[in-house]
Amino acid sequence: MQTANYFRLEGPYLRLEGQRCSACGAQQFPPRTACRQCRATTFEICTASSIGTVLSFSEISSPPAGFSSPLVAALVALDDGIVIACQLTDVDSDKVEIGMRVEMVTRLISETGPEGCLVYGYKFRPQLL
Amino acid sequence: MRDVYIVGLGLTPVREHWTFSLRNLGARAILAALADAREETADCLYVGNMLSGQISAQENLGTLLADETGLLPIETCKVEAACGSGGACVRSALLAIAAGAADRAIAVGVEKMTDVTADAVAAGLATASDQDFEASFGLSFVGMAGLLMQRYLHESKRNRADFAPFVINAHKNALTAEHAMFHSEVTLEQYLRCPMVAAPLGVLDAAPVCDGAAAVLLCSKEALKPHHRPIRITGSAISTDTISLASRRNLSSLSASETSAKKAFTQARLTPHDIQLFEPHDAFSIMTTLALEACGFAASGTALDMAAAGAFAPTGSLPICTFGGLKGRGHPVGASGTYQIVEACLQLRGSAGSNQIPGVRRAMTQSIGGHGAVAVTHILEA
Amino acid sequence: MKTARPVGIWGHGAYVPRYRIRTEDIVEVWRPRTGARPPVTQKSVLGHDEDTITMAIEAARTAMQRSTLSPAKLGGLWVGTESKPYEVKPSATLVAAALGASRHLLAADVEFACKAGSISMQAALAGVGSGMMDVALAIGVDAAQARPGDVLEYTAGCGAAAMVFGPADGSIAIVEQSLSYVTNTPDFFRREGAAYPQHGGRFTEDPGYFHHTLSASRLLLEESGTKPSDFDYAVFHQPIPKLVERSAKLLGFSPEQIAQGMCIHNMGNAYAGSSMLGLASVLDVAKPGARIFYCSYGSGAGSDAFIFTVTDRITARRDGATVASHLRRAEYLRGYGQYLRLTGAIRM
Repeated sequence: MQTANYFRLEGPYLRLEGQRCSACGAQQFPPRTACRQCRATTFEICTASSIGTVLSFSEISSPPAGFSSPLVAALVALDDGIVIACQLTDVDSDKVEIGMRVEMVTRLISETGPEGCLVYGYKFRPQLL
Repeated sequence: MRDVYIVGLGLTPVREHWTFSLRNLGARAILAALADAREETADCLYVGNMLSGQISAQENLGTLLADETGLLPIETCKVEAACGSGGACVRSALLAIAAGAADRAIAVGVEKMTDVTADAVAAGLATASDQDFEASFGLSFVGMAGLLMQRYLHESKRNRADFAPFVINAHKNALTAEHAMFHSEVTLEQYLRCPMVAAPLGVLDAAPVCDGAAAVLLCSKEALKPHHRPIRITGSAISTDTISLASRRNLSSLSASETSAKKAFTQARLTPHDIQLFEPHDAFSIMTTLALEACGFAASGTALDMAAAGAFAPTGSLPICTFGGLKGRGHPVGASGTYQIVEACLQLRGSAGSNQIPGVRRAMTQSIGGHGAVAVTHILEA
Repeated sequence: MKTARPVGIWGHGAYVPRYRIRTEDIVEVWRPRTGARPPVTQKSVLGHDEDTITMAIEAARTAMQRSTLSPAKLGGLWVGTESKPYEVKPSATLVAAALGASRHLLAADVEFACKAGSISMQAALAGVGSGMMDVALAIGVDAAQARPGDVLEYTAGCGAAAMVFGPADGSIAIVEQSLSYVTNTPDFFRREGAAYPQHGGRFTEDPGYFHHTLSASRLLLEESGTKPSDFDYAVFHQPIPKLVERSAKLLGFSPEQIAQGMCIHNMGNAYAGSSMLGLASVLDVAKPGARIFYCSYGSGAGSDAFIFTVTDRITARRDGATVASHLRRAEYLRGYGQYLRLTGAIRM
């Protein structure tokens, strides 16, 4: 990922920052230029819930270059209703179940070689407590 | 808007074409379509392609292919709708004629994928997803399809084995299709034991990486000639859904597929029951399932039952993938949508040889970009 | 050293990755001289998507949550480590961004070998104690590499601890006073660009660890007018168990006093995180009124010593993952090969 693009994505990547529409109150993650519900374009920052439930998961046998193998992909329904696509971490795919409770952690997502920018962002792991 | 007819068909075999480049393949398909219609030229050219910039470092494809085929100074541009580009370029050609801006228009879908490594292809395909919130997290294109398949299995309480009929049917039909990539059957045993790519999605659930080009020549009623064998496009519609799967309202329905099919049915004044042949975007067996349900060919949750009962085989109530589909014929991504249309026309003309579905007069094709992010539906009638 | 206004810890947090390698698996590959047994039976290992910064973030989030203070109120943030993912680019600003701190922040990375974390504590103490800021965060964290086959490989582990500092009034543990002691002693160092450190073998013990730990501790006991029996807990830097046990003995602390702060047996030496993890472990269980003696050690060399008194606020501010729960959450690697893969040159 280009450094400048990663810089712009700091809010969502590090803090799960989405938006709440100032006109209709709808919550969005990821952030968009216009509200999906009412198409207004003013928002407040709204941090998505950091806990959720696994909706689906899949172990990717050959992840893309720059990502460690195997990689467990997932769709997680956060407690506030937002659905997020993410990697699961700290768990083997044979221990994952739809319906499992998971929590957000900040981890290394990718690196562009040994001299490039490190991309940190959200992953989800089985809830610790 | 004027009626639009398909009068010329051209395609290259789908292969790993070590001897043909992107421009060769596209040019051959264009010239074949023109030759098929016994036409020399057209008023405009639309090139459907997804990966030329990423894989071949080549854009400006409209000009490139016009140059390569001696069609300069024809009006032209590239049309891109991810893996739906092949269908989208046909719609662009249709719109030019329907609007009265052209009498004859060429649409060519072309893709060259095999010049680079699997990693590079995967990176290219990932450009159809949400880069910032899917691809950048290592959630590959095939990985997202795995998520859809997993969710469908969970909601429908089915097994992976229930998807096998789609793959078996595709390979069986491809056996006798000369231009198809694969000429080998797939058994249930092989399907069940194939390696996982993005569990539960296995290697045999996914269409292959390959090269190819297909082209159609469209013309207005006024430009029809006696020797033409015209097929009328009675429905043409594109509809969209969220680019990221996480933003979908329902993970087990493809609303873009549904809406674009409905629009096409309305234009053609037809219902799903009237369609006698369907070329779905079977890039993954889960996509076949979801598209059949979205278009109204199977009630929600019943596509797998119908497949098991043989409904989608050549002798069934709705033959699909009649030349192998994306799975058996191959999926040169930006070209597949045009292959679907060429194949449907061959069927409607009665020129499908050993793959002929008898008596077919109304066919539908649907070319999809991303995981149901954009759906391009066409209805064709003899 | 005493501050202009009283300061205390408002919240503590810790993080240890879940992977462990049994040191017998390392022994099996390298076959050290017969009879020499590793000082610990296992150590913690980073997951493939973890590093110093990710560990720091998790420990910091726990500490901030427990403190009940908003990260937006942070005026200072120091990350003490000798395994920075970027040699040039502060880890502290990444941690600040992950926490949602404001931009109005004094943030920096600190290096002083294994006492970089306690230096961060001195800085946070000074920041709040001087009135320059009301809330400050000190983090000690490391994921130091050890040369394969070297004796350090048996103990070089990874982990993080974070302490939120604020005014004493409202804190869970008041800082009574602190002290810093340094000399220029080259017992352990790593040159620019070198992958692994050099260590002086036995030179690291008497001139290194013992001289500084004992000197700083004795000086602080003297300056504060306290004796070892005044304390409920004593926490020291833990490179190997015998150095801690011997220091405690020489100073007059009992095995019972040092037990709670000894994390090394489960996880190895977390370098700049080691003594702070010991402190966090004590804060996980200490009762109101308990007194804690703390002395770190960092090669190069020096020690930071602190005296804390626990307040009655502590019982309401330690929900969530304790050091013990992190240590229990162990997943054993299946041998040295898996360990090499995880600690290899390519983190991803």
